[in-house]
Amino acid sequence: MSARVAIVDYGLGNLFSVCQAVARCGAEPELTAEPGRVRAAGRLILPGVGAFADGMAGLRARGLDAAVRAAAAAGRPLLGICLGMQMLFAESEEFGRHQGLGLIPGRVVAIPPSGADGKPHKIPHIGWNGLIPAGGRSGWEGTPLRALAPATAVYFVHSFVADPAEPADRLAECDYDGLRLTAAVGRGNVVGLQFHPERSGPAGLAVIAAFLDGGAGDG
Amino acid sequence: MANVRLIARLDIKGPDLIKGVQLEGWRKVGRPAEFARRYYEEGADELLYMDVVASLYNRNNLTDIVAETAREIFIPLCVGGGVRSVEDADKLLRAGADKVAVNTAATKRPELISELSRRFGSQAVVLSIEAKGAGPGRWEARTDNGREATGLDVVAWARRGAELGAGEILVTAVDRDGTFRGLDLDLVAAVSAAVTIPVIAGGGFGAPEHLAEAVLKAGADAVAIARALHHQRTTLAQVRVRGLAQGLNLRRL
Repeated sequence: MSARVAIVDYGLGNLFSVCQAVARCGAEPELTAEPGRVRAAGRLILPGVGAFADGMAGLRARGLDAAVRAAAAAGRPLLGICLGMQMLFAESEEFGRHQGLGLIPGRVVAIPPSGADGKPHKIPHIGWNGLIPAGGRSGWEGTPLRALAPATAVYFVHSFVADPAEPADRLAECDYDGLRLTAAVGRGNVVGLQFHPERSGPAGLAVIAAFLDGGAGDG
Repeated sequence: MANVRLIARLDIKGPDLIKGVQLEGWRKVGRPAEFARRYYEEGADELLYMDVVASLYNRNNLTDIVAETAREIFIPLCVGGGVRSVEDADKLLRAGADKVAVNTAATKRPELISELSRRFGSQAVVLSIEAKGAGPGRWEARTDNGREATGLDVVAWARRGAELGAGEILVTAVDRDGTFRGLDLDLVAAVSAAVTIPVIAGGGFGAPEHLAEAVLKAGADAVAIARALHHQRTTLAQVRVRGLAQGLNLRRL
């Protein structure tokens, strides 16, 4: 495992818990807002909580958008969490139309306001929900979810959800009132998690540990 | 149905975990971090820390306890008590909290809710309401552990809080708190019907059966359990098993 993990700090979100979780998994988190450090990192985590437009503006203002793209293009393992996962996509419809990093084809849309039964449900989707293999998978061999059994519950809090253009990029979904919401995506060395592994107890730590342990093509 | 959360609530005074009856008459129970670790290991879906005397003394001293907890506990942590400004919230969130709960300061200056949700996102802002019965089907919002009247109607205040950008409502029945008689279902149902954001029901949880009635009869999205856990009247595992047997959608461990 590469010991140094760059946690990309673009001014949004609680990065403390991500750093603690990485440290608990035996790696050395380096919180950084410097494009040079991001380009040079062996492994990257793009965390984040908040609005898509603010997140992208925070990345661009620091030149971190290009640095993250360059690291991803160089094959470095990249893990996006929550907003960090949504920013991997080409665009988002959160409060207008905004361009993302474009590392995974598809877009980010609002969670539909009602469930499959047509009844309104609560937004944001907050709480623990089980992971369901997606994209034609029956399990998660070869991905950072590999330590989890299907139906393992993890912690979500989000109002928007990614809609990947390529079905094969879907790693996992969850069921919210009969709707299938994208929970994890993977495309080559780039992996995104809608849920918070750093807040999902032992199951979440197992996902982070697997990401830290995986090769560049893992995912 | 959305997933239901079991939240362990720890009321804190100085360095100690305490628990009173009807939000008064505090008694020391032990060290917060020890209890927090126990509840994490027993499968709490979330933890809630409340500094119960912070607003009396105009201070917030939870930062150290939050940082200590966040180092070893990897579930969501909500912290409240004495949050009066964006800076207060920022300090707690940087120390490792995922959300802050506001009560007293928000009743005095409701725009605090908007300021917090604009800065940190509505998912990070919980409006905590202490509800005291004020006639049939009516409740008044109280502060300072139920002692101070605000003149605010609980249901109207919950609705206003949601409009201002709160991401969740924590409603605690002052008259039930620490009594183990069960949650105030009329209160929870009234608040739940008034808002489209998740409602956490607190005050009175005493037995595993109280979960299903709060969820199925009153529409609660989560329950906050304090004294029943601290005194081992029930455990999170018992509540979870009973809830699953009653058909609730809970995390399976």
